[in-house]
Amino acid sequence: MVDRIVTGAHYGLRDWLAQRLTAVLMVIYTLFIAGYVLLHPDMGYDRWTGLFSNQVMRSFTLLFLLALYYHAWIGVRDIVMDYIKPAGIRLAIYVLVILALLLYTIWSVQILWGM
Amino acid sequence: MKFRIYRYNPETDAQPYMQDYELHIEAGDMMLLDAILMLKEQDDSLSLRKSCREGVCGSDAMNINGRNGLACITPLSSLKQPIELRPLPGLPVIRDLIVDMTQFFKQYHSIKPYLVNNDPPPETERLQSPEERKELDGLYECILCACCTTSCPSFWWNPDKFVGPAGLLQAYRFLADSRDQATAERLDNLEDPYRLFRCHTIMNCVDVCPKGLNPTEAIGKIKDMMVKRTV
Repeated sequence: MVDRIVTGAHYGLRDWLAQRLTAVLMVIYTLFIAGYVLLHPDMGYDRWTGLFSNQVMRSFTLLFLLALYYHAWIGVRDIVMDYIKPAGIRLAIYVLVILALLLYTIWSVQILWGM
Repeated sequence: MKFRIYRYNPETDAQPYMQDYELHIEAGDMMLLDAILMLKEQDDSLSLRKSCREGVCGSDAMNINGRNGLACITPLSSLKQPIELRPLPGLPVIRDLIVDMTQFFKQYHSIKPYLVNNDPPPETERLQSPEERKELDGLYECILCACCTTSCPSFWWNPDKFVGPAGLLQAYRFLADSRDQATAERLDNLEDPYRLFRCHTIMNCVDVCPKGLNPTEAIGKIKDMMVKRTV
């Protein structure tokens, strides 16, 4: 096969935009958690589990974690694109990263709703 | 005045090396290029590109004390000694300070750096309003010296796939031109994880541009246009 340089995958904008939007979501969540901890100096196990027994809080946390995983996927893929040149190895790493992130998602749900 | 200059002649040298030079001059208001030409009188095997010697042609771009710039408009007095001169990073060296710019111009040509307008040519010029013309300020001044592109790590890693700041600045120059009719094709051409989205906004390009241009801002505007046509 001729080793031609091929570009023109016609994607990139959605991921770039998603990385920015997920970042905003993560900032909001982080500020909320930081604010909550600062406003409750008596923070202990009871208060913490109390906060997370709220369904809205659980959903908000899951949303935060999904944003984190999507954000991480785009970032890790960008790094792999720069440093791993052989297409086969790169694809294998992509699959491993996606599987790991899917596992984390399942695990997150288990933790949040198993509390 | 002390200099350390990157030397490499592929016909005789197995490896590049740094050579020390000395000049007994006062910096005064001399530019770096003047000093290099004096060194060339000492040692005529020292090779570099230069032409207009006033920052217009972009031939004498080189890495000066670790920073890309044009030798002809860099005041000698602004430089710490020994002044270390190297060829532009990330491009193959032909000899001493001369690099092979093929890859750079390939990327430049890939964005179609010319006006695309399918209307029949008018009797006189294709007119622009002063506001439309103003859009091109900060874009058309690029002299293609490659200082920005060769200071960009994304270009170092993917010179064959990433257009680079100079090419993208020019891409936006034609996207911003009211007379150009190929906006959609131009955006399609750049909608690619490598060609445009390798830019991670570290702004090395803005930092080194000898003409004071802002490729990062132009890249941001290309992304804006893409967002606008998508959402």
